[in-house]
Amino acid sequence: MKIVVCVSLVPDTTTKIKISGTNKTIDETGVSFVINPYDEYAVEEAVRLKEKNGGDVTAISFGNDKYKEAIKKAFQMGADAGVLIKADGEFDSYTVAKNLSDAIKEIKPDIVLFGKQSIDFDGSQIPAMVGELLNMPAVNIVTKLDINGTAAVIEREVEGGKEIIEANLPLIIGTQKGINNPRYPNLKAIMASKSKPITEKAPSYTGNKLEVTEMKLPAAKSKGKILDGGAASVPELVKLLREEAKVV
Amino acid sequence: MTNKILAYIESKDNKFKNSAFEVISEAKKLASALGCEFDVLTVTNQGNPEINGLSAYGAKKVKVVDANGLNALAGSPIKYSHTAIAKVIGEVANSGYSIIIMSATSFGKEIAPSVAMKTDTAFCPDVVDIKISDGKISVTKPVYAGKAYSEIKFNSDKVLLTLRPNVFKAEKSDGAVEIENLDLSSLNITAADFKTVVKDVVITSEKLDVAEADRIVSGGRGMRGPEHFNLIENLAASIGAATGASRAVVDAGWRPHGEQVGQTGKTVSPSLYIACGISGAIQHLAGMSSSKCIVAINKDKDAPIFQVADYGIIGDVFEVLPVLTEEFNKLT
Repeated sequence: MKIVVCVSLVPDTTTKIKISGTNKTIDETGVSFVINPYDEYAVEEAVRLKEKNGGDVTAISFGNDKYKEAIKKAFQMGADAGVLIKADGEFDSYTVAKNLSDAIKEIKPDIVLFGKQSIDFDGSQIPAMVGELLNMPAVNIVTKLDINGTAAVIEREVEGGKEIIEANLPLIIGTQKGINNPRYPNLKAIMASKSKPITEKAPSYTGNKLEVTEMKLPAAKSKGKILDGGAASVPELVKLLREEAKVV
Repeated sequence: MTNKILAYIESKDNKFKNSAFEVISEAKKLASALGCEFDVLTVTNQGNPEINGLSAYGAKKVKVVDANGLNALAGSPIKYSHTAIAKVIGEVANSGYSIIIMSATSFGKEIAPSVAMKTDTAFCPDVVDIKISDGKISVTKPVYAGKAYSEIKFNSDKVLLTLRPNVFKAEKSDGAVEIENLDLSSLNITAADFKTVVKDVVITSEKLDVAEADRIVSGGRGMRGPEHFNLIENLAASIGAATGASRAVVDAGWRPHGEQVGQTGKTVSPSLYIACGISGAIQHLAGMSSSKCIVAINKDKDAPIFQVADYGIIGDVFEVLPVLTEEFNKLT
């Protein structure tokens, strides 16, 4: 089975976001970058598919040199080869999807896995865009994947439940928390990962349809009314919610 | 290019959700600001009486694609197909619309990127504000789960937006709707458009999802164990709220992942968010701090949740919640 997993690099979820001097991006000073948390589920699913069906896993990332860290994490979890489409600057989701599609096309995979969204732009759109570009079915927010030959049965999380979806390979899947428990790489895997190759490519497309004109922090909130009387403060709280905030 | 807006609204079991009304209201507002027309598109059962009710939110012209007729083209029994509906929207949008809007529900999120590709539009998902200046649209989108906001402009005359549910107002309006039943054969749908098909939808919770709820009561580690979440559920029931949870309690297996609010869960903006026994880790605050009114109940007066709270009680959730539930139940 030919398996591709697309990985991105994002600020650790504990990061307190600050805005850079350009007012268009975050200030990366002191920020620790990690593989996108949802991509860990994608890598784990990819490696499990390889372990079950044979084949190999290629991890692809689009970004600057730093993004090799995301590929290396995929290596530690069991990916075999890596491709970095090396690009510096700010790019919109369409541009990322276009570049990933062009790289994926060369590999002719049976399955392409993504995390359901990267926790920076939070767009949740690249799996479906790549699906359109490569004319492959794409299902995002997936919590269960069963493959039998070329047929897949997929569970997709929706409000209050799940959809049971059928699609055929070659297929694109966006993974959601719950699909698996990503493994912690052991020392042997970490050592083995060091010799795995990362191929660098130039971007095939760099046009942008979207442009960030300004990035800003949420407006600071004024101090709330915090009552310190425990259960005895409940009537006062309810009064405030009813008469002042008018929310109950 | 003359602008024309297409508002796609979801129909679930022949019902329209509040997010659909929000989309129609916003389309009407945009059309008025841009001085252009807007049409509503939906895939539902032909003759669905609920369509007439859409006039209450300002819909004038509603294009209807018959859901049963569409599904019949799949070749096997299905509930619906995201890819076929994306094709329908793309075909209709390509007949002269420059702006497409829909809701960023789980369904909208799944189809919108495909529609964007089929219509060659610049696409911004999960928009929370739309501005128009010199006839051009720009939008605000939360990034980093709401830790920051990006102002975005488009290098294209054709734009697709998905609107975050619960942010835009569904405003009441007068008038009647003109229904146009679209002929399926005009939409070039073939079996090949059913790339993914939904065979079944399993409802795991009859409760309202946090992503759609206008009121949310969330519990965190301060609830001390899954057996105490009845306190959260009772409080939620007293004000018709959905129940949410912090990542800590989801990771501990106390609550299902669907309830998780925060950076690796759902980002929510309800009118009222009550955080119980939640200290307020930065990932959680990111997911809920855009709620209109935040109430925190926590025994630790220094808990970060109090920094974003509009109202709060410093106290033991086990003492406060039952009394609060009782007081809410007394309200009419």
